[in-house]
Amino acid sequence: MTGALGIYNYWIYVLLMMIGLYGVIAKPNLIKQAIALGLFQTGIFLYYISMAVIDGGTAPVWTTILDGAQKFEGPYDNPLPHVLILTAIVVSVSVLAVALALIINIKRTYGTIEYDEIEAMDQADKRADYQRSQVVDAADDLEQRLEGHHHA
Amino acid sequence: MLEAFEIIPNLPVLVVTVPLIGGVLTIAMGRGKGPWAWATLITGLVFYFTVLLMQQVLAAKTGYISYELGNWPRQWGIEYRVDALNAFILLTVAGVSFVTTLYAQKSVEKEIPQDRHNFFYAVWVLAVCGLLGITVTGDAFNVYVLLEISSLTVYALIAMGKDLNRQALTASLRYLILGSVGASFILLGIGYLLMVTGTLNMEDMHDRLAALPDAVHNRTVLVAFALLLVGLGMKMALFPLHMWLPKAYTYAPSAVSALLSATATKVGIYMAFRFLFTIFGVGFSFVAMPAHVVLSVAACAGILVTGVTAVRQTNLKRMLAYSSVGQLGYIVAGFALANVHGVAGSVIHIFNHAVMKGGLFMAAGAIMYRLGRCDLRSIRGLGKRMPLTMAAFVAGGLGLVGFPLTAGFISKWYLVQGALEAPHMWPVAAVVLVGSLLAVAYTWRVVEAAYFQEPEGESALVTEAPLSMVAPMWILIGASVYFGVSATFTGEISMRAAKSLLGGAP
Repeated sequence: MTGALGIYNYWIYVLLMMIGLYGVIAKPNLIKQAIALGLFQTGIFLYYISMAVIDGGTAPVWTTILDGAQKFEGPYDNPLPHVLILTAIVVSVSVLAVALALIINIKRTYGTIEYDEIEAMDQADKRADYQRSQVVDAADDLEQRLEGHHHA
Repeated sequence: MLEAFEIIPNLPVLVVTVPLIGGVLTIAMGRGKGPWAWATLITGLVFYFTVLLMQQVLAAKTGYISYELGNWPRQWGIEYRVDALNAFILLTVAGVSFVTTLYAQKSVEKEIPQDRHNFFYAVWVLAVCGLLGITVTGDAFNVYVLLEISSLTVYALIAMGKDLNRQALTASLRYLILGSVGASFILLGIGYLLMVTGTLNMEDMHDRLAALPDAVHNRTVLVAFALLLVGLGMKMALFPLHMWLPKAYTYAPSAVSALLSATATKVGIYMAFRFLFTIFGVGFSFVAMPAHVVLSVAACAGILVTGVTAVRQTNLKRMLAYSSVGQLGYIVAGFALANVHGVAGSVIHIFNHAVMKGGLFMAAGAIMYRLGRCDLRSIRGLGKRMPLTMAAFVAGGLGLVGFPLTAGFISKWYLVQGALEAPHMWPVAAVVLVGSLLAVAYTWRVVEAAYFQEPEGESALVTEAPLSMVAPMWILIGASVYFGVSATFTGEISMRAAKSLLGGAP
């Protein structure tokens, strides 16, 4: 295959990334956001792996011939991006682990993992705080006025 | 002793490996003061190493030290490369981390349950490890790995504030998602650069990009540039990609806010220096590509918008967080000028802002320690009750304003000079001045509450914060005043860093 279709891995990688990005932005469920983040990162892995491939290349390993001599039988795919992406996979697993740990804690303290419900609870907390401070302010005012009255 | 252990020749790698191994060992340091003492020892040792490293760099004839890990030649292995710029940033990050660790003891005792102290300090030291690693390395992929080490630990540190306010959890998760998307963009950008150049070493990348016949019209290079710009913008909290920052700094434990505001975003900016100046080069980033327009518009908008937002805040930590985004705007606007004074002002402000904002968040943390909150209402009259803490806050605030004899004045002097030298960039100078007025406004609100109003309720009964909090706070604030009066050292280093970034003599 040639042309734009011939590099279909790259189309798939972009597609995967965009699905992931959409999920991260549009889904209110935190678990779904974590899954989408994983998908987003998986797209990048595919990109790195595709980058290493060359036409007719095979895995870069030593071949042992019958007489015991070792030699390379080229051409080989570039192993460097593969190694890099192994590291990136570990990183992505760690990110997912931290994200899930946070989501468990959020579920424990908020009782939900829906982002919009959490946001509403935070807003309610803020309003309650504000009203409390208004009440305290009013009490202070009253106190000061009474004191002034007393002195007068 | 230094010779016996071959410390000097291995300094660049020790800066990373000592906190890496030390951080993991922190978990085994028991439940009492052990973890804190161990973390202090490790960060102190690393600070000492960075001082030695600075001396080495200043003495080096080439102007930099190159260290090949495991003696692998830099084409294949990882090269650590330290020049005036990253030696200075290393010194800043390690120094502020050390002082913040000293400060952390009391604050953490109050804000985090005892049984988690060993984990807290383990993650703390590992975060410092990641930040120093990003700064010392000369390998693009190594940057990504260390970036993720620092980010993951920072997410955990922020979430540790959950016992004070549950919003720490959502703040951390939001930062995790945005931060990971940003880091993924950086990873992808590095991938595209690898595709074009076939190397991961920053210097080699630069040479091969420069050798490309038509880099400006090479789509792969352009995509890499765009991806890196967005990813770095997210990591250094460049307006409007800063949305994760205010909430994270507000709800993180106080010591963590002080550490992050002083180091994390600064290292993000250092990465931008490396990618834009060292890898792509000034000619590509700022002449062929309009990075200076994009960056300075975003930075100036950030200075103004977050300045106005900061004035409207009532929570001190949130006010300081918004102010941080604005101050980062100064740093970005400075290097976007791409002339010697602009870049030098940017480098010097990385240091100056680190000590000022570190000290300010420590002051807010000291108020948290005594009162359990730090809103404008609860600090009424504190000028009399906690004189040292509030005086530190005022001195730091004057630094943010850029008042003469504070470090902030020196940075702004360089920035304004750079803005007036660059063609058509005078609006940046105007924005710097308007930003300073906004800083006056939000600092004044604190001064007014603390000194011109009577204390009420429990605020009338508090006493000064313990010495172990006040002393580190004043070390940083004192540094900001000292380097405002005598800026020879910081000025010379940042001029040297700026010249080498812009491609002149190192």
